[in-house]
This record gives sequence, C-alpha cells and structure tokens, in this order.
Amino acid sequence: MRILTLKRSSILPGFGLTLGLAVFYLSLIVLIPLSGLFLKTAAMSWSGFWHTVADPRALASYRLTFGAAFVGAAVNAVFGFVVAWTLVRYRFPGRRLLDAAVDLPFALPTAVSGIALTALYSQNGWIGRLFAPYGIKTAFSPLGVAIALTFIGLPFVVRTLQPAIEDLDAGMEEAAHTLGASRFQTFRQVIFPFLLPATLTGFAMAFARALGEYGSVIFISGNMPMRTEISSLLIVAKLEQYDYAGATAIAVVMLLASFLLLLAINLTQRWFSSRLGRSAA
Amino acid sequence: MSIEARNISKTFGDFHALRNVTLKVNDGELVALLGPSGSGKTTLLRIIAGLEEADADPSSAILFHGEDVSASRAGQRRVGFVFQHYALFRNMTVFDNIAFGLRVRPRRQRPTESAIRKKVEELLHLIHLRELAPRFPSQLSGGQRQRVALARALAIEPRVLLLDEPFGALDAKVRHGLRRWLRRLHDEIHVTSLLVTHDQEEALEVADRVAVMRDGRIEQEGTPEEVYHRPNSEFVMDFMGNVNLFHGRIESGKAVFGSLVLDHAGAKVPDGQGARLFVRPFDLDISRQQNGLPGMKARVTRVQLAGAQVRIELSSESGETLQVEMPHSRFRERAVAPSDDVFVTLQDSRIFLEEQTHRGEVS
Amino acid sequence: MNANPLTRSDPRWLRALLIALTVLFLGLFLILPLATVFLEALRKGVGAYFASFRDPAARSAIRLTLLTAGIAVPCNLAFGLVASWAIAKFEFKGKSMLITLIDLPFAVSPVISGLIYVLMFGAQGWFGPWLAAHHVHIIFAVPGIVLATIFVTFPFVARELIPLMQEQDTDEEYAAISLGASGWQTFWRVTLPNVKWALLYGVVLCNARAMGEFGAVSVVSGHIRGLTNTMPLHVEILYNEYNFVAAFAVASLLALLALATLIAKTALESRIRTGAQAVEPLEMETIA
Repeated sequence: MRILTLKRSSILPGFGLTLGLAVFYLSLIVLIPLSGLFLKTAAMSWSGFWHTVADPRALASYRLTFGAAFVGAAVNAVFGFVVAWTLVRYRFPGRRLLDAAVDLPFALPTAVSGIALTALYSQNGWIGRLFAPYGIKTAFSPLGVAIALTFIGLPFVVRTLQPAIEDLDAGMEEAAHTLGASRFQTFRQVIFPFLLPATLTGFAMAFARALGEYGSVIFISGNMPMRTEISSLLIVAKLEQYDYAGATAIAVVMLLASFLLLLAINLTQRWFSSRLGRSAA
Repeated sequence: MSIEARNISKTFGDFHALRNVTLKVNDGELVALLGPSGSGKTTLLRIIAGLEEADADPSSAILFHGEDVSASRAGQRRVGFVFQHYALFRNMTVFDNIAFGLRVRPRRQRPTESAIRKKVEELLHLIHLRELAPRFPSQLSGGQRQRVALARALAIEPRVLLLDEPFGALDAKVRHGLRRWLRRLHDEIHVTSLLVTHDQEEALEVADRVAVMRDGRIEQEGTPEEVYHRPNSEFVMDFMGNVNLFHGRIESGKAVFGSLVLDHAGAKVPDGQGARLFVRPFDLDISRQQNGLPGMKARVTRVQLAGAQVRIELSSESGETLQVEMPHSRFRERAVAPSDDVFVTLQDSRIFLEEQTHRGEVS
Repeated sequence: MNANPLTRSDPRWLRALLIALTVLFLGLFLILPLATVFLEALRKGVGAYFASFRDPAARSAIRLTLLTAGIAVPCNLAFGLVASWAIAKFEFKGKSMLITLIDLPFAVSPVISGLIYVLMFGAQGWFGPWLAAHHVHIIFAVPGIVLATIFVTFPFVARELIPLMQEQDTDEEYAAISLGASGWQTFWRVTLPNVKWALLYGVVLCNARAMGEFGAVSVVSGHIRGLTNTMPLHVEILYNEYNFVAAFAVASLLALLALATLIAKTALESRIRTGAQAVEPLEMETIA
C-alpha cells in the first residue's frame, strides 16, 4: 500500500517497521483502552447516563471543579504574566534560581505537593493560621481547592509567555516611544495585544490541567460530597463502589470538557495567527 | 566506469522535474550538468545516485559500465556523493567521517582497522588536511568541510563520483580555488564524475563536457568550447554568458536588425520571418568611422575601466543598450569617451529564428 | 544589573514592584510548599526521619516505584525513538493525527487514565472474567500499576525528539546511506548522536513523572500495603493515618527527586539549545 506521499524519504529504510511498531504500541496502550471508555458509555442507557451525570452531587462537583480551576487559571494569568515579564526583562540576584523553580509543579509528584499545601494552609499551618482568626478557611474548603489548582497551573502561563516576551521587538517599543506614546499607552496598545494570544493559551492550558487534577487537591480539599468534592474524586468514589458505569459517565463528561477546551485553544491560536501573522505560543 | 541514464522521467505531484532524459558519461570523464534552478539537474543526479527513484518506465535504466543498477539501493551502487551543504556527520571527527564508509561495511567485506587508518591518512594527505583529523566539522571552514566531504566519498573507492553543487555554499575566492583543485584531483585519479552546477563559469572551467539543462530536458551537450561558441539555442547562448540581443527579421535572404544588415545563409526562410540576433560583448568592436563591417551607429554612455577588461555601454539609434567588452590595450587605441558618437561593428554573432526558441526539445 | 536593552525604559519603581511581586508570588506558591516538605519531615528530629525508612512497607513502596519506572521509562524510550524516526524522516497521510494521538495522555486526567485500565482489566471489565479464570492479576496488582504509568508517561520522550529531528535536516542520513550504511547503522551512528541531549531530557521528564504519578496509579492499585503501593501512594496512606513525619519523610525523597529533575532539566536545556542551532560555515581560507 503506497501511503507515502512525498518524494525523498522513500530511500531511507525502516519506514514500515517504525511506523508499524509505533502504531501498534499506541493502539495497545492508548487507543484500545480509551475506546473501552466510550464503548462502556455507549452501553449505558441515555436516561441512566443522564441520571448519573446530572445528579446533584455530580453537579456540585462540576461547579467546584470548574469554578476553582477557573479561579486558579485566572490568578495564574495575572501573576504569571508578572512573573514571566520580570524573569525575562529584569536581572536580579536569584533570578535564575527562580526561573528554574517555576517548573517545580511539573516536577514535584502531586501527592507531595498535596500534603505540603495542606500542611501550609490548614488551620495550624503557617499560612492557614494567618487567616483563621478572620474565619477564612484556606484548607478543607473551596478556597483550598483553588489554591492547590493555582499551584498546579503556575508553570503553564509563565512558560508560555516567556518566549513571547523574549520575542518582543525592541523596535516596536522604541517606535511607539518616538511617536510620543507614554509607557502605559505603549503597554496597553502595543505590548499587551502582542502578548494576549500567549496569555490566553497559557490560561487555557492551566485551566485544562486543573480540571483533571487529583493528587494535589484531595488532601487540601477535605473531600466532602456536595461541598468540597472535585469531579475526579467523584469518579474514584464511584469506582470504589464498583459503579463502573457511573464512574465512566462522569469521566466522559470530563473528557468532553477537556476536548472542547483543547479545541478552543487550537482555534484561538489559529485565529490569532491568521490575524497577526504568527503563532500564539 | 561509464554512466548511462536512459529515458529518465520524474514527476513530483504536478511538477515534471525530468522529461525522458538520456545522458551518457564516458569512463574517466568529468561532465557538468549545468542549468538554472528547477531544470532538473539535481534530481537527475540523485536518481543516478539512488537517492531518488525515477518514475516507473520499462525503457528507463541507470547503467554503470553497462550494468543496470536501477534496482540496487544507494548503498549498493558504490557511488561517492558530495552534498551541497557537506552533510558531514557533526558528531564525528574528520577522521571518523572519512572512515565511516569503510567501517559500516558488512563484517566480511570490512577492512581491518589498521587498513582503514592507512586509507584515511592517504586521503587526508590528498586533501591536505592531515593536521585537522581530530577536529569536528563545526571547527572547520566551509572549504575545509567540502574537502573532507570529498575525501569521505572517495574513501569507499566509488565507481563514480557525483557532486551536487559542491561549491555553491562557499565564498567566491574559495570557490575558485576549489574548482582548480577539483580539476587537478580529477586529472590525478580519473574517477568518472558528474558535477551539478548553476554556475556556467564553473562548468566551463572544470568539465570535459557540459550538458545544459532546462525544464527537465537536456538542451545541448558538448565540450565547453562547443556549448559556448556554438550554442544551438537562445537559451543556451543566453545562459552561457552575457549577450546583446537585437530583434529583427529576414528579408530577401538577409537578416535585418535596424540599420544592421547581415547575410543569412541557411535554409529557405519566408520573408518577414522574425529573428533575433545574439552577440557576445567581446564580439563587438568600436570604431570612429564605418569600416565595411556590418555595424550600427551608437553613442557611448558609460565606460567602466575597473576590471580585467574594459566595459563600454552604448545607446544605439533605436534606443537599445549595447554592451561591449575589450582588452585595455585595444581600448587605449580606440580612445573613446562618454557622449562620443561611434560605430559598433560585429565580429561574430548568432542568429536565431523566432521559432527556434522552442527548438530546445532534444533529449 | 539590567543587561536587556528593553529594560532601560522601565522605570525603577516599576521594576522594584514587579520583582517584589514575583518573588512574593513564587515564594508563596513554590518555595514555601517545598520547604514545608522538609521541615515537616524533620519536625521530630533527624532520628525520626531516618526511622521512617526502616519501615518495610516504605521500603517495598520504594522498590515498587523503582521497578515501575524501570519498566515504563525504557518502554517509552523505545517507543519515542521508533515514533520519531517514522514521523521526522518520512511524509505520510495521517502524520498529524499520529502526532496528536501521541499528545493524548496529556489531555486526559490522571484518574481517567487509571479508569480506562480498570474498565479493561478490572473484575467487571472486558477481560475481567478471562483474567480471573487464568489467575492473572492486572488491576490491584503490579502489572496494572506499570500499565497505567506507561500510559501517563508515554509522550515525554517522543515529544522531545520529534520537533528536534524534524528541525534537523536529513542530509547526514542520506550521506550515510550513500556510503553504504544500513538503516540501523545510520540510525545508531548518525541520527541518535545528534539528538542525544533531547533524548536524555525526555528520559529525565519521563522518569520524574513515572516515579511521581499518583492519580492514575491510585485508581488501579488497590492500595495493598507492602504490595501495590508506590511511594506517592504510601505517602497518602501514612498521611491519612496521621503519621505525618513518616509521610513527609517519604515525600522528601520524592521532593529530592524533583529537585534533581529540575537541575538536570536546566543543565540539558542549554545543551539542547546550542545543539539545535545550524552550524554556520566559517570564513574563507586559501587552498593549500
């Protein structure tokens, strides 16, 4: 079967073998298990599916998960912007260390960050005790969930913005300056629009990651159904009761949300690159 | 070891890179494949090397010394291929690069390590880079890299040597030096070679024969002298060097270009047939008076004295720009200056009838 | 202190403010949690810290983590090499879909990554009855843990290799082929050395995730103490038993792993950046 389309490469050997192996491994590990998920859902009746997915407990978990993920991503969008800007444009002692540290949420196992955050923000924790007198619970509350999700999404915005800020053309800023624009005007009208695509991409990626997060959240959240139970935990809870169908149904909803989000990211990037003539991230 | 490419065609999607091309390189010859980009020369070279496959056709074949190698892979054909951008293995030293072809041979055919070392050292001596053996490609200049690439190709004792614009990426001075060096090398080792280039100077200087290509076909083949002085088409003449171009027509057996009238000995041509006159700058001369040779009036607009020859630009009566080249000694005799009115006379020229421009369709 | 020409235009007060905000934000969200791990682990002194590792359950958790990574990383390394050769050196229909599929595990929540294997191999799963009949245990046993880990760490090596190999052109491979090298020789001697830093980088990231994965492994594991607990799961167990010092002690090992990963990452990143740049031809010289 001649599936090779272009010219040169037919001379290099190994195409059939490597492609075959790659597809085989991919099917085994990824495709077949994933299709199992959808087949299981297809086996459910529509009313059964809907019943599970729209259950008050499930709805509460969506509200919490999406809400906290949104807050976390938003905080990261703002502060991540500041951090990326500072790391790229300014020099100060410890800059390189901080720059490397930004990847910590990627590198640190989620269970470790989970218990560390809980220790920090629980009522006796160093930070938790600052807020306890005011009745603000930074752990075992939706706020705690948001805090954990902020931690987990931190690198996405920063790492997406850094290359974009590095790409900023000094000429643009100088041109605006010579034309009489104030610093703030230059930022608002020249710099920020340039960085908007990367910011949005980083936000969406942090949001997507936060939606599915499990390990760093379940310690600090308290896991009270209807109050501080995230959707991933709901899935695990159903599994522990051998309610495979219920767990699968919720999983499908989460997957759909992730998929739509990824689509939105792609479309945004494409829209920006067609308008501005370059890719967003 | 002769090379013969028979009836080779190649299409990439809608693009016809080669149209039924046939080429023969005799044993020990150095042939240059010359042409503009898109003419198909590199494609043909790569097909001969086995790095591309020609379109399927029962009559097409690649023959090395009469033996059909179309079915064998690139590695089996024992061709030495030199790439335009060197393609040196950047993670290996110069020594290891040159030794590579010998080291990857199947165990039975592999020479001993000491035999390999001897061969590599011979080649390093040939290319005058013995001290650079332990260096990495990134530490070499462009000219040095290309010499290493050549040595690497020669290490496997190739039946034929194929060079793809080997000097294209180098500075002018290095290019000239390497050209001469390649010619000397070829005279020493006599490997059948095929060189692809878009630089007509290079082809003329280095090759025993030149094949000029255009749009996937060979327009003309011959010695450098033939191709330069007896081009069979406008394209070849124009490609091989600067020309002055005049438009005119044939009338009563004479070719008329404005005030220039030339005899046109040739096949019977109807009156009014359009024609074009091609004249090399050095085939034009300047004189103060008409002296019996065919010529036209013109006014000198510019004289460029800096250079190996003097370049004079003139404007003819009909407003065309003429370029004349002559040695400094002759210029001193002529003693013309800008704004002078002079006669421009022809020593030699080529006339192409208008239909001839399409007559490049030889294979 | 400001080398970047752009910064000359940012006023000093702004610079100070932004730097302060950055340090505070990163300090709060990154440095403090990391420090907490070690402080909590050492809260009852160094003796109690080391005692945590004498617990046999902790030891078997460490062993299981090493075993899992020891299987998942080489498998995914091999896959990464194979897939990047096919993708970077050839053109074929469906290539972009293949690349998207490789990124898929990143888009899937860890819990769902575990769920899909439960659906296949769990007691009520597709193969459940068949497996039970043959006494093969995948879910709630080590094989399931390894499988789930392979799934979540699967893209790392490929994602590092593919863009780099796509960026490097194929001339060196063609040269090797024309000199008579076989496909395998070409891959081994020419292609691989040119991507070695990116390869190592991918392996480092893959390993970090393989050892630290929690969500997916938690779902397939069954949490059987001493048998099917990796280090992250063991941390959870200890924490839920209020055995905080031990929990943070084990966590501190993982945190050290994370720090080592970050160091390796930073070191490799600069190597990769210099390696990927095209080598510029140097200036001219005359021929001897």
